[in-house]
Amino acid sequence: MSNEIEAIKDPGLPAHIHRKADHDPAAANRAERQVAILFGISALGTLLLIVSYIFVPQDLFFFIPVMGNQNAHQLGLGLGMAISLFFIGMGAIHWAKTLMPDTEVVAQRHEFRSPDADRKEFVDAVKSGATASGLGRRSLIKKSLGAALGLSALSPLLLLRDLGPSPKQDFQKTSWKSGTYLVTDPGNRRIKAADLEVGAVAQVLPEIADPEHRKLSDIGKDAVLLIRLRPQEFNLTPTKMAMTHDGIIAFSKICSHMGCAVALYEQQTKHLLCPCHQSTFDVTRGAKVIFGPAARPLPQLNISVDGEGYLVAREPFSEPVGPSFWERNSQ
Amino acid sequence: MTIESGLGTVANYVDERTGAAAWMKKNLQKVFPDHWSFLLGEVALYSFVILLLSGTFLTFWFDPSQREVIYDGGYAPLSGLKMSAAYASTLHISFEVRGGLLMRQVHHWAALIFMSAIVAHLLRVFFTGAFRKPREGNWIIGVGLLTLGIVEGFLGYSLPDDLLSGTGIRIAEAIIQALPVVGSYLSYFAFGGAFPGESFIPRIYTVHVLLLPGAFLALITVHLMLVWYQKHTQYPGPGRTEKNVVGYPLMPTYMAKAGGFFFIVFGVIAFLSAVASINPIWLYGPYTPGQISAGSQPDWYMGWLDGLVRMAPPLETHALGHTISWNILIPGLIIPGILFTGMALYPFIESWITGDKREHHLLDRPRNAPNRTALGAMSLTFMLVALINGGNDIIATHFSLSINQIMWFTRFGVLILPPIAFVVTKRLCLSLQRADRDLVLHGRETGRLLRLPHGEFVEVHEPISPEKAYLLTAHEQAPALELPAVDGHGVKRAGALRNKLRSRMSVANAEAIPKVSATELKEIEHH
Repeated sequence: MSNEIEAIKDPGLPAHIHRKADHDPAAANRAERQVAILFGISALGTLLLIVSYIFVPQDLFFFIPVMGNQNAHQLGLGLGMAISLFFIGMGAIHWAKTLMPDTEVVAQRHEFRSPDADRKEFVDAVKSGATASGLGRRSLIKKSLGAALGLSALSPLLLLRDLGPSPKQDFQKTSWKSGTYLVTDPGNRRIKAADLEVGAVAQVLPEIADPEHRKLSDIGKDAVLLIRLRPQEFNLTPTKMAMTHDGIIAFSKICSHMGCAVALYEQQTKHLLCPCHQSTFDVTRGAKVIFGPAARPLPQLNISVDGEGYLVAREPFSEPVGPSFWERNSQ
Repeated sequence: MTIESGLGTVANYVDERTGAAAWMKKNLQKVFPDHWSFLLGEVALYSFVILLLSGTFLTFWFDPSQREVIYDGGYAPLSGLKMSAAYASTLHISFEVRGGLLMRQVHHWAALIFMSAIVAHLLRVFFTGAFRKPREGNWIIGVGLLTLGIVEGFLGYSLPDDLLSGTGIRIAEAIIQALPVVGSYLSYFAFGGAFPGESFIPRIYTVHVLLLPGAFLALITVHLMLVWYQKHTQYPGPGRTEKNVVGYPLMPTYMAKAGGFFFIVFGVIAFLSAVASINPIWLYGPYTPGQISAGSQPDWYMGWLDGLVRMAPPLETHALGHTISWNILIPGLIIPGILFTGMALYPFIESWITGDKREHHLLDRPRNAPNRTALGAMSLTFMLVALINGGNDIIATHFSLSINQIMWFTRFGVLILPPIAFVVTKRLCLSLQRADRDLVLHGRETGRLLRLPHGEFVEVHEPISPEKAYLLTAHEQAPALELPAVDGHGVKRAGALRNKLRSRMSVANAEAIPKVSATELKEIEHH
């Protein structure tokens, strides 16, 4: 590229300016003392660390303006450690800057490219090696080696197969069945429809025989949110309206977007909001998505009451709960 | 025995067996250029060492298990609660192990600073053009380290198995589950069954403390060996050329400075950990899929990804009994994939546009590469808008704004603002070039006003030093590539469209304010 118009000349490295410590022994001695003081402060920091570790109880709190209540043990350890490390660094750098040589040195770079002769020899060596092995001529060896290597790569894949079971129909199903009682979470008590006031929200789970050992993976699919409105506040299709009971509507609490718990209910607007990605669902319209990235409403659970007035599921969820997956049939 | 003779004995012993003296002699005098921006990579390196040290400490007490336990430790508010052994042992480290909380905070702060330093270092390397030949390979390793860092950080803060981190894992599971065809199988393999199961904490523990740190060590070693072997780049200036390195020798100055800097980084991280609480997992409670805390936020380096997912439109395809979640796949996998691939390939793209295949050891001042600087500003703007949306709930509550409005702002902003940033940055760069030109030609404004005999006021300008004049004109201004559509015989060249694109980009890339030549300077001095 020869567009270089006559360029301004390089005046070369500026002259070196000597530091005071370079020619004044008193200044050099002073710098030495400063470095020693910095290292000394570091030692004090270590002392603070040791004292805090041994003598300061872990539950001692004290008040510092601005910072509020602080744990003395934690603060002593941390500050001690910070001081002991920081001032070693300060000392070393001050030492380098005041007493070690500060004259800039020029080193030359060399092109990385090897000389042509070397490159040729290298290519020849590779070629003659390849010829000697017969890889080019003996195609049977080449092909069978390729096949063997390819096949052997299958074994790690195969060995990883037992990482987990096959999902089968798991994503499609929850523990909710026809006639499953709704129980409180926490508490595992059945709920009467009458216990839920208008405007109230409750998290419920399906009743199981051994609630002490309920699996987290079941909660991850079974969690349901109950909300009670006045029946006339709903704006639902007749089918969905039939799935409610006296103003009580039940939705899967697991977000249809990415599976977070849809836990924020705004009583004024009757909106459910997922705190993860702000998908917003309108309760009055059957958890229709009115904002955010979720593409589907929260599945609704068909509920009713038994003879004594306890809430019970009339049938399982009619669609899979939670985030989408390939096998999900949304028709 | 004096120190010297003791050292001599050891050196003799080692050298007789390895012949290391010749190599050491040369390398102890290795020259490193000095500039504050070269410290950014060092901060990343030292944070990594601190992460290894503090992480090792944590493994002595952390129990990577999802076995259910009843908490009976020192933190009263959680007493009697069911939780995983992982969460209980993290509480134990925080409340009963002396220095445990400090080390947890050192580990977390060091991780945040590690990622910040990597990003800052990456920006320095990008904006100064340090990735150009012969350093393209090291750039790719750097992009790899950044990617691994994001994954490693995410796995790390997921280990305590608290309500916040479990929510993060839940989202990661949804991304796996959304993969077409294989999603539900991969999810079941990764989690050993239905989410959350009891397998993922022990599994990600192995990945977090063994696999990824091993990969880090290998990549960092190669990264540093290449810096060593290829010698560091340097900023332009008097006496600095493409053929030399100007700086301080490794022994003793650079060693003392770099060694000291390690302690300073460690000291600052320890200070932050002493006074600034981070990830107080005892406030979140143990993980259960049925609960969540409002304002769930990932660590900052995941924030942009979460922001993209939040702003995605609700798009799903339902067809033939199958579902594809574009609202997850596009922001969660496709866009990050394009961004990181583009970033890794950028050195090759730029050299294709400029046709420049030479070695470069002198760094560019960002203003002298307006197109690259503008592209960087554009990408940063995209990331920042995404990051803002990742914190939209926190921003909404802190500034009393509507979350919906922030979301709409970022949905449009992520498309509109980056091109604006490109144009503005490019114009700024060209204006700065113009200012440089004026400075060289007319000198520095002194602020001294003169009244001429006929009453006119003028400001006295003082010529700048020859060093400064050289610095402002040392850069190369390469012309655009000439790629005629027809060759010498009047035959249309192959790949016409590609050539057209390349020459268009080359023209845009070569746009510059002509730098001052020596002739021009002489002419003006005669006036």
